[in-house]
Amino acid sequence: MRGFPEYFTIWHIAGHYALRGIAYLVLAFLIVPILVIIPLSLNAEPFFTFTKGMLALDPDAYSLRWYQAILTDQKWTLAIWNSFVIGIAAAILATVLGTIAAVGLASPWMPFKRVITALLLSPMIVPLIIIAAGMFFFYTTFGLVGTYPGLIIAHAALGVPFVIITVTATLTGFDQTLFSAGLSLGASPVKAFWDIVIPLIRPGVISGGLFAFVTSFDEVVLVLFLAGPEQRTIPRQMFSGLREQINPTILAVATLLVILSVALLVTLEFLRRRSERLRGSM
Amino acid sequence: MSTTVNVAARRGFLNAAVAFKKTGGARLNKHSGTDVFLEFDDVKKSYDQKSLVVKGFNIAVEQGEFITLLGPSGSGKTTVLMMLAGFESVTSGTIAIRGQSINKTAPYKRNIGMVFQNYALFPHMTVAENLGYPLGVRGMAKADQRKRISEYLDLVELGDFGNRYPGQLSGGQRQRVALARAMIFEPTLILMDEPLGALDKKLREQMQYEITRLHEQLGFTVMYVTHDQAEALSMSNRIAVFNDGIVQQCAAPAELYEKPANAFVAEFIGENNFIEGQVDRIEGKHAIVTIKGEGTITAEAAEGLVAGGRCVVSVRPEKLFIHPSTHAHDHDIKATFVARIYVGDFIRYYFRLADNKEIVVKVLNDLSAPEFGEGDVGRLQWLTSDCIAFPHSGEMPGVTG
Repeated sequence: MRGFPEYFTIWHIAGHYALRGIAYLVLAFLIVPILVIIPLSLNAEPFFTFTKGMLALDPDAYSLRWYQAILTDQKWTLAIWNSFVIGIAAAILATVLGTIAAVGLASPWMPFKRVITALLLSPMIVPLIIIAAGMFFFYTTFGLVGTYPGLIIAHAALGVPFVIITVTATLTGFDQTLFSAGLSLGASPVKAFWDIVIPLIRPGVISGGLFAFVTSFDEVVLVLFLAGPEQRTIPRQMFSGLREQINPTILAVATLLVILSVALLVTLEFLRRRSERLRGSM
Repeated sequence: MSTTVNVAARRGFLNAAVAFKKTGGARLNKHSGTDVFLEFDDVKKSYDQKSLVVKGFNIAVEQGEFITLLGPSGSGKTTVLMMLAGFESVTSGTIAIRGQSINKTAPYKRNIGMVFQNYALFPHMTVAENLGYPLGVRGMAKADQRKRISEYLDLVELGDFGNRYPGQLSGGQRQRVALARAMIFEPTLILMDEPLGALDKKLREQMQYEITRLHEQLGFTVMYVTHDQAEALSMSNRIAVFNDGIVQQCAAPAELYEKPANAFVAEFIGENNFIEGQVDRIEGKHAIVTIKGEGTITAEAAEGLVAGGRCVVSVRPEKLFIHPSTHAHDHDIKATFVARIYVGDFIRYYFRLADNKEIVVKVLNDLSAPEFGEGDVGRLQWLTSDCIAFPHSGEMPGVTG
């Protein structure tokens, strides 16, 4: 263990451990509610509590029946399918539009930069319920309510700000003369953008896309307003599941979502480190 | 060596031109009118439609020439280069290559090589991929690309570095890769924007030699931007000295140094002493100048000098000699010794003239370098042909103090 500086009094040391203890408490407060659902989702009984058998670590008290239930219940499989289709489509749309917007906003000749940035980022700030209500009335005019395209466009609008933020961050470190160099070597602007700019800002583009996907994946307010029964997503299904039939199926879904989130976080961190390495080497 | 022959052979006709130039056959003279390769005709640039950054730039460059644009920062020299590369539009005037205006040609269609100040190597591509990029863009077959890449890697002496990333190279090596990448698609014109600015002194001198070697071997035309005059003097066929958007003088290095056209050039190129005086009269090419407290001296008369007007007489520190000296001289004035600074290969002496202006003398560090005590009076001698009288413009650097 690292020793304390010699000038430390007993109070310094007590303070040191107190700070440490509080930090762990806060961490536990944040994490325990998430972690506790994992063993509960393995409950053999249809309860939201730890049974005696579970506490005694009796293998018979644990079961994967709720996971099986997800895969066999047509409502859940549809919801999972919907969440991925809408999430991926919205993420791709948001990534393409957000990247183009960020590149445009990074240009020194862009007029009204602040106003446009504020407008594009507004879906992050304006309360969701307001956006949802607005979209509902607007989309009705075009017959987009209760359709996949409607929900994909709506979720893409929510995802664009994340892409703009992450891509703008990578672009600030981007040396514009690299693009000029591409032109001077004979590449057309589109080719130079594709060969030189995109590979170098790729970490920002991908992490923006992941954020956009996650945003769509756990979004429920817009879905409540805009989705018909055919477009129910996982959060929407959990929402109605909570009201209609309380059983650990929801916990099993939640566990799967936690695993997915951890996987996404790890990917993001990996990308960040990789881009730092690339940047640092130049 | 075989690499060199290959590369040079493809550039055959260019190479012949350079060989001719090297034998001294072709004097690079913009008035010859023949074989103009690149021409700027009254090119102006304004960013805000109010003030001009470049105020009417004219130059006619021959094939294979090494032209340097030299000037302090903000003098418009980089803007000229950027207009030639196509990254900046031309406000008025024409830039023409082989008689064809390129004003409306997109930068990626100009086929001009460019070496950027920060190298601008693509960090996500290996050295070989960087070199292959312009070839791939031009649709060259992979096998031919590989051959060409290894030729050019050998040419810049980086034969084994093809698989490295730019981040794994030293500054000098990156500079070589940037050079090779600008040359590999065999453009007839290569632009260089302060390419050696980021290197330390030793490496810079080595790269100067390297660029000169490649230029002579391959025979491309170079337009080079720098604010380092030593670099400009040692590498160029001709130098255009920029100040305030105007070319002050465009001439060969020796002419620029020995016969500056105006006081700015005299001040900017090398080191110079300026002695203020009044033009007594002008006799042909010479001006008789009265110097306060020193009598009259004869100097070469620069353009624009009028009898009776104020003037400054420039004389280079190394053209001044301290009495006793065996050098021939036409002038001999008294000056008070101020300081002697030991620099190594030479010694700098500071003297004060009657009007309290300081004057610098550079003496080679040998046994004849004299010693003075403070307040001693010495005699400075020089030739009429080594001093030039310029009209006094009132706001000349180095003259005001």
